[in-house]
Amino acid sequence: MSSNPQRPLSPHLTIWKWGPHMLVSILHRITGSGLTVVGLGVLAWWLAAIAGGEVAYDRFTKIAGHPAGLVVLAGLTWAFWQHLFSGLRHLVLDTGAGFELRTNRFWSVMTLAGSLLATAVTWYILVGVGK
Amino acid sequence: MSQGESATPLGKVRGLGSAQEGGQHWLEERFTSVALVVLSLWLVFSLLMLPDFNLDILKEWLSSGTGAIPMALLVITAFKHGLDGLKVVVDDYVHDEGTRIGLHYFLAMAAIAGASIALFALAKIVFGAAA
Repeated sequence: MSSNPQRPLSPHLTIWKWGPHMLVSILHRITGSGLTVVGLGVLAWWLAAIAGGEVAYDRFTKIAGHPAGLVVLAGLTWAFWQHLFSGLRHLVLDTGAGFELRTNRFWSVMTLAGSLLATAVTWYILVGVGK
Repeated sequence: MSQGESATPLGKVRGLGSAQEGGQHWLEERFTSVALVVLSLWLVFSLLMLPDFNLDILKEWLSSGTGAIPMALLVITAFKHGLDGLKVVVDDYVHDEGTRIGLHYFLAMAAIAGASIALFALAKIVFGAAA
């Protein structure tokens, strides 16, 4: 690429006052990357463990049920809901709607609140059923 | 339009026009995202509705048509969507063209390998159960 690294960059990330829309924007990227690398990795491993039979599946549930495994699974649950709600917001934004400052801010905050609530409900059901 | 050596990088890019591929990539990412809204929610609600995560119960669910077919679609769509997303992340942060092409290649191979492992495991669950 024909760029000159000697030229100074204008400050951009450092000079803005953080708002919920900026947080949701970068979280969409972080959760998407995490879901792809970690989430799809776990999904493939989980399917392979089920296909592998008793021993392989026992090993999977032992690691997944370990406190560290549960933290990863809870993180994936939150990442899933956050990426889903944020993704739905993006599909609306793609149509050109929802860019008014108050509307944009409101739905940004709603994706954050929604993902936390949905994660709590998901794990409440999981733990409640005793799985 | 002729462009001499004196043209600035921006001028050259303007003269060349778009690479004609961005729109297709952008649209495909949206197509898969809409499909994933349905498929990922199917997975979450299916898991929450299972009585427990016993190996036999999971095998019975995944070897049925209503389990195996959406799961196969989910695996294919999720790996495609994840690959599309990670490629955009690479495009945004990796400025060296050689490294970028190398990373795109690596991501594509990793996505194909991951999806293949998941689909093979699923096939083993489906056809292993019948035997």
